[in-house]
Amino acid sequence: MSATVSGETAETTHAITVTLNRQERSAEVEPRLLLVHFLRGTLGLTGTHVGCDTTSCGACTVLLDGKPIKSCTFLAVQADGREVTTVEGLVRDGGLHPIQEGFKEEHGLQCGFCTPGMMLTATALLAENPNPSEEEIRWALSGNVCRCTGYQNIVKAVQWAAAKMAEEGR
Amino acid sequence: MYPGRFEYQAPTTLEEALATLDRYGDEGKVLAGGQSLLPLMKLRFASPRALVDINRVAGLDRLAEEDGELRIGALVRHRDCERSELLGGRWGVLADAAPQISDPIVRNLGTVAGSLAHADPQGDWGSALLAADARVVAASAGGRREIPLDELLLGPFTTALEPNEIITEVRVPDPGARAAGTYLKLERRVGDFATVAVAVHVSFADGTVSRAGIALTAVGPRNLRATDAEAALAGAPLDDEAIREAARLAAGAAEPRDDVRGSADYKRNVVRVFVERGLRMAARPEERGDVPRAAAAPPGRPEPSEEFAGEETAEDVMKEIREKEDQ
Ligand SMILES: Cc1cc2nc3c(=O)[nH]c(=O)nc-3n(C[C@H](O)[C@H](O)[C@H](O)COP(=O)(O)OP(=O)(O)OC[C@H]3O[C@@H](n4cnc5c(N)ncnc54)[C@H](O)[C@@H]3O)c2cc1C
Ligand code: FES
Ligand code: FES
Repeated sequence: MSATVSGETAETTHAITVTLNRQERSAEVEPRLLLVHFLRGTLGLTGTHVGCDTTSCGACTVLLDGKPIKSCTFLAVQADGREVTTVEGLVRDGGLHPIQEGFKEEHGLQCGFCTPGMMLTATALLAENPNPSEEEIRWALSGNVCRCTGYQNIVKAVQWAAAKMAEEGR
Repeated sequence: MYPGRFEYQAPTTLEEALATLDRYGDEGKVLAGGQSLLPLMKLRFASPRALVDINRVAGLDRLAEEDGELRIGALVRHRDCERSELLGGRWGVLADAAPQISDPIVRNLGTVAGSLAHADPQGDWGSALLAADARVVAASAGGRREIPLDELLLGPFTTALEPNEIITEVRVPDPGARAAGTYLKLERRVGDFATVAVAVHVSFADGTVSRAGIALTAVGPRNLRATDAEAALAGAPLDDEAIREAARLAAGAAEPRDDVRGSADYKRNVVRVFVERGLRMAARPEERGDVPRAAAAPPGRPEPSEEFAGEETAEDVMKEIREKEDQ
């Protein structure tokens, strides 16, 4: 898109194509549209939550090219040409991802508000470090706030998933 | 919340980025990690007419050592520094600062150069890089210049950058063969901005201090350099007496204020204790043990002791650190 300067009319929308949960999605977006609003509003994927809306809680965490980012603090237009994974994308072959099973088995959630963000951050951790220590898990999740669980069972859920993934050779 | 309307440009070369920024005069803003700018825009504290997103500009993500100097490109993220093997050892001050900035998710996007351009007096890179005597390369459509960090940071959220300038690189000089340092930060909880933090970076030659860099976070209108303490240390051995005197001088250089994070007196005392502790670690880096630098590992940083008022010996500090690391 060409630059617009004083006197010219500003281009108001940009065409973007995002590989979202392994599928290409295209849309026309206003630059100020936040990624989280694109996901929830434009695409109707409401698994990504908005908690604080001030970059502090991690409820809106998604993976951008495999790394956790806060989608309330990223523009949809910045995601053009990149890969985004939301909690909806964790499901494989119609079945739960080991991290989802782990949260279920270990009672890693209560109200569930923080859970999508927790699971995505944990997935990125396990991709980088398949056998993390408890301290490494707590450290990696330190940008995701949970008001319910006290974190104990979230840590266990991640450990459960790590063991399951090692067993499955993932 | 969402930002006001703006025009969005995503150039792919530096020349294009500089030309675009130049055209917008003082109405354009650089978008790097967006971890300070976008929150400000959502709150409508900032409403630039245009954003020039530099994330697609090739060649700005280099973190490398060249001619002994460390070069940190504009798109080097906090995360990259946290994981880089380059930053340990002589640049321990930078290695120790990186994992203490914000939280792991913000660190995936936020940049070193963006932190300096943002000039938050509570920002951590400002002090770590002041202590390390860094300078920035600022490019514009008209050319490029180097700005020492001490001259870049003017006051709260204010720098010497012109609106058409982009920091392309941060350069950290060679500290010599024997150098050590650390970054000590007191925060209320993981991910918080500093209540107080102290950067210490010391070069040695022939058993004496050849250069000492000491900088303070969150105790003034900008990241402050404790110049009197630095001068007192230069040319002398780093012994107990020198360390205590430097800590006293650094505490005097702090300009803390009472706020929700603590009283001015308390913060000044933390400066003293941290400078003392940091200098002791610099004096005997071999005793601090291996700082875990592995992916996603927590930093092996000493926790602040319960009692700030008492005198500490090097033995006490090292014992405390070892105990923490053994756990
Ligand atoms: C919850 C939270 C906690 C945080 N905690 C800490 C903390 O503990 N310590 C700390 O130091 N920081 C903290 N930060 C701030 C974070 O480190 C930011 O990443 C950093 O301040 C800005 O870097 P950025 O790349 O995100 O810059 P952006 O947000 O993209 O930009 C910030 C400003 O710098 C300008 N700018 C950016 N890059 C350049 C460039 N190359 N040349 C010229 N101008 C440029 C922009 O125009 C803008 O004015 C925190 C942020 C959040 C959201
Ligand atoms: S909603 Fe994005 S961090 Fe809280
Ligand atoms: S389960 Fe309720 S916030 Fe985490």
